[in-house]
Amino acid sequence: MPLGGLILLTSGAYLGILFAIAYWGDKRADVGRSIIANPYIYALSMAVYATSWTFYGSVGRAAASGVGFLPIYLGPTLMAALFWLVLRKMIRISKANRITSIADFIAARYGKSALLGGLVTLIAVIGVIPYIALQLKAVSSSFLILWQYPEIRMPNQGQALGPLQDTALYVALLLALFTIVFGTRHLDATERHEGMVAAIAFESLVKLLAFLAVGIFVTFGLYHGFADLFAQATRLPASDRLLTLGGPAGTYGSWASLIFLSMLSILFLPRQFQISVVENVNENHLAKAIWLFPLYLLAINVFVLPITFAGLMQFPAGSVDADAFVLTLPMAHRQEALALLVFIGGLSAATGMVIVETIALSTMICNDLAMPLLLRWKAFGLAQRSDLSGLLLGIRRGAILLLMLLGYLYYRAAGEAYALVSIGLVSFAAVAQFAPAMLGGMYWKQGTRAGALSGLSLGFLLWAYTLLLPAFAKSGWLPLSFIEQGPLAIAWLKPLALFGLAGLDEIGHSLFWSLLGNLGAYVGVSLFGRQSSREHAQALLFVDVFKVAGRGSSLWRGSASVSEVIALVGRFLGPARAAEAFADYAAQRGRQSSAELVPDADLVHFAEQQLAGAIGTASARVMLASVVQEEPLGMDEVLGILDEASQVLAYSRRLEQQSHELEAATGELRAANARLQELDRLKDDFISTVTHELRTPLTSIRAFSEILNDNPELEPAQRARFIAIIVKESERLTRMINQVLDLAKLESGRAEWHTASLDLAEVIEDAVATTSQLLQEQGVQLGLDLPAQVPPVLADRDRLLQVLLNLISNAAKFCDRQAGRIDIAVQVLPEALRVDVRDNGDGIDPADQQTIFEKFRQVGDNLTEKPQGTGLGLPISRQIIEHFGGRLWVRSARGQGATFSFTLPLGAPTLAAERFSGSETENRA
Amino acid sequence: MSKSVLIADDEPNIVISLEFLLEQAGYQVRVAHDGQEALEAIQRQPPDLLLLDVMLPRLSGFDVCQKIRENPAWQPMRIVMLTAKGREVEVSKGLALGADAYITKPFSTQELLAQVRDLLADR
Amino acid sequence: MANRTLRAQRLVALFMLGCLLFSYPLLALFDSDQRVFGIPLLFAYLFAAWALLIVLMMLVIERSNR
Repeated sequence: MPLGGLILLTSGAYLGILFAIAYWGDKRADVGRSIIANPYIYALSMAVYATSWTFYGSVGRAAASGVGFLPIYLGPTLMAALFWLVLRKMIRISKANRITSIADFIAARYGKSALLGGLVTLIAVIGVIPYIALQLKAVSSSFLILWQYPEIRMPNQGQALGPLQDTALYVALLLALFTIVFGTRHLDATERHEGMVAAIAFESLVKLLAFLAVGIFVTFGLYHGFADLFAQATRLPASDRLLTLGGPAGTYGSWASLIFLSMLSILFLPRQFQISVVENVNENHLAKAIWLFPLYLLAINVFVLPITFAGLMQFPAGSVDADAFVLTLPMAHRQEALALLVFIGGLSAATGMVIVETIALSTMICNDLAMPLLLRWKAFGLAQRSDLSGLLLGIRRGAILLLMLLGYLYYRAAGEAYALVSIGLVSFAAVAQFAPAMLGGMYWKQGTRAGALSGLSLGFLLWAYTLLLPAFAKSGWLPLSFIEQGPLAIAWLKPLALFGLAGLDEIGHSLFWSLLGNLGAYVGVSLFGRQSSREHAQALLFVDVFKVAGRGSSLWRGSASVSEVIALVGRFLGPARAAEAFADYAAQRGRQSSAELVPDADLVHFAEQQLAGAIGTASARVMLASVVQEEPLGMDEVLGILDEASQVLAYSRRLEQQSHELEAATGELRAANARLQELDRLKDDFISTVTHELRTPLTSIRAFSEILNDNPELEPAQRARFIAIIVKESERLTRMINQVLDLAKLESGRAEWHTASLDLAEVIEDAVATTSQLLQEQGVQLGLDLPAQVPPVLADRDRLLQVLLNLISNAAKFCDRQAGRIDIAVQVLPEALRVDVRDNGDGIDPADQQTIFEKFRQVGDNLTEKPQGTGLGLPISRQIIEHFGGRLWVRSARGQGATFSFTLPLGAPTLAAERFSGSETENRA
Repeated sequence: MSKSVLIADDEPNIVISLEFLLEQAGYQVRVAHDGQEALEAIQRQPPDLLLLDVMLPRLSGFDVCQKIRENPAWQPMRIVMLTAKGREVEVSKGLALGADAYITKPFSTQELLAQVRDLLADR
Repeated sequence: MANRTLRAQRLVALFMLGCLLFSYPLLALFDSDQRVFGIPLLFAYLFAAWALLIVLMMLVIERSNR
């Protein structure tokens, strides 16, 4: 059964899902709830590195060179270890300078040079177009193969399809549409596309799953695991060759050069820069990506060799292109669903690459090629136009469409001539040319604009000569003699053996010459030339990005009018966006509106950053120069400012750190001292209070004892009165000693608890019975309000009784002298029992309501008559209640009596319950 | 005419004992239960000697002592401070404020009476 | 801060380890048609070294995160 309709339907549905994800991501970003702000999405989106070249091409490359496909993934793994050093710096520099592409990066580093930006853009476009073509080719040929299901037939070589029947054209147009919708929705100074990134991360997931699925099917479905597959593969004549590295030096050399090349491309491919630098939400996401991204690469490569061998064994030699094994293996075994999944996986690999690459390139084309030209072209009158944001978006959209069509044209022209994998490496070698200018720019202050220009130019020319032209020759666009004999039959100019250098493979050969020329020219010209002051300033900002906090504004002197600057930015970003941006900027500076802004260096710097996002750093500078009268800075001045700034920064940072440390140490000392003093004071207070309280009854006892002793002739009545005082004070002393000991035990946790389930009502009745005598003597009425049913509580009976007695005797002590009344009420709350003991005395001042719970604090209502008591009853009661997990407190107002209340938790053993059940066990033991 | 003594203490039983002792020794005794009351009593009729507890409600013994020493008219008055806090600091603080003697609780009745007698005999 | 520079240094060390693992002459040691558990030696070595490198990077990153 042909799959035709189903393929189209599934592909359509898949692209629909992509649209939906991208749309959702953008919507979420608009409301500030980013879905891509996590390291996993970041790492997944980085896997845009794995294109259809990986998805289909790895197997093709493995069929030709065995383990030779691996360096392309080992290189990025090695570079991932350096991400923290290199990529993080790139991200930091780009964020600080609002850099949105590699072209922008290089242009900005070398004095915001428009010429450099243009050159980089040119190299990137020329280098990457074939790569885009490759993706289109992969999609269209996988489609054609699947279309013929169940037949397995390679698409006819050189088949003369009219463009309108060519699926690749429709793929190109559809992708252009998608990219335009989500890549150029609006102009943004940061040039980030959250929806697009979300869709790319999703694509990475899909292609990985699809590849793993086919790998597992082949390895474990068609064969019995790796060992079985490899054992059977020994039958293949090529087996040994594929599983070892052919010859010694030569192959190790190309292995190393491929690792090196792919290390550079993971940093400098425009799509990688776009995803890992421009779209980076948070620098710290990089950390996790350092191991997640290589893990992804590992996973997508595990099954490459098994699939290769299976393909070689299953299909007669030459009948099926090895590039198509991934797709044809499931087809040959009638696995329609798997074949469809593989097709979708390949589609996702191709579309992901194309979308990100064209967005990155269109940004470059717009900011570093089109804008500088338009600005120079007076007749176009750009400087006079009021709102340019529409024009900018138009340029970008046009660029995307143009790139896609160029890719298509390249595919049509050269498509069948050259194997997939070589095209990818040609592109890699092209972007590797950015390495000296980029890395040099990040770590070497002396690199100059002239050096970068000559290095890039020479490297690009050598690359074109040694890789691009031979590729053209192989496609038949140039005579083959160009390769074989060299141009005009000059042997030492043979492009594949330049100056007679032989023994390297094409890529290694080209890489050696182009990077040698590139680096040599860059370093040489830089060392023998001079930097302008602007170049030098930019160099310091880039190289010292972690030291100087990315503020270039101190280098600017001049004058401008605020409204002019805002209007200028408005022309590129749209007036509304510009107004918003400057209002935010004003608010950050604590100004009411942008009208109150001062036209200082910071403002111009801010404006430049805003513009840079939309039109690139070089163009932004030119535009701003038109409204700002800038006084040129001398080289010495720039150096002075920067040196001073960095010195001051370093010095102040050191000082700050030292003073922080001192402050912290002093603070700690002070706190420790305060704690000690507090402890000391508390201890002293306690001891002196205890002794004072004990000495008071002791004084009376001693005085009366001596009086009785010295006056044997005292009247019996007087004598009896004195003895009664002695007895009473002795009792007071005993009580006090007991309570001090009791409290000490409670506080140190050594008290004994005999916890049991209690009927609180019964305990209250007991307490009332005990105090009834006392109450009667004082003429105090007592009211009792107990509910019919009181649920049991877990407590120590004696302790609870102690609390109740204390509260009742307190109440009796303070209630009204003439008509004293105490009311005791119990309420059953949802989780606790609550007991209120209310008197009708004078009440307690709010100020005293806390102090009465402190040790030895007594609040007497009558100043002439000190209340009898130890001042320990309430603190002890509170300790007891809190031990049971309850709370004891007082509510009172002057003249309205006082209510002491406590709660006891009900039922389920709480933490407190566990605590006392623990001590209970101890007691038993 | 017998010498007058004012007792300023807030512990009723201690007051009773002091009252008994001093009356028995032949002094005219008045009682104040807090610092404020003591000052008022002194204003009405300055005693020859004041037995002053330190821990008094409303106005502490130290404050009372200070106020007395600030008034030149009351310079002849003898002040004996009583305290349950027997710490060195308090003793020196009391003496610095102009107390004539310092007795810690619990006291020996004989010593207290001897101290009072000595101080009043000086005059 | 010290933690971060230490992390960077560890990662650089891993980079160098990786360069060593994936190049001549270590590679030549495993470049033969022998098999381990039926799996070609070079294939097994490359993926094992690769996985080891990833695990080490993960340890460096995740441990210094804490």
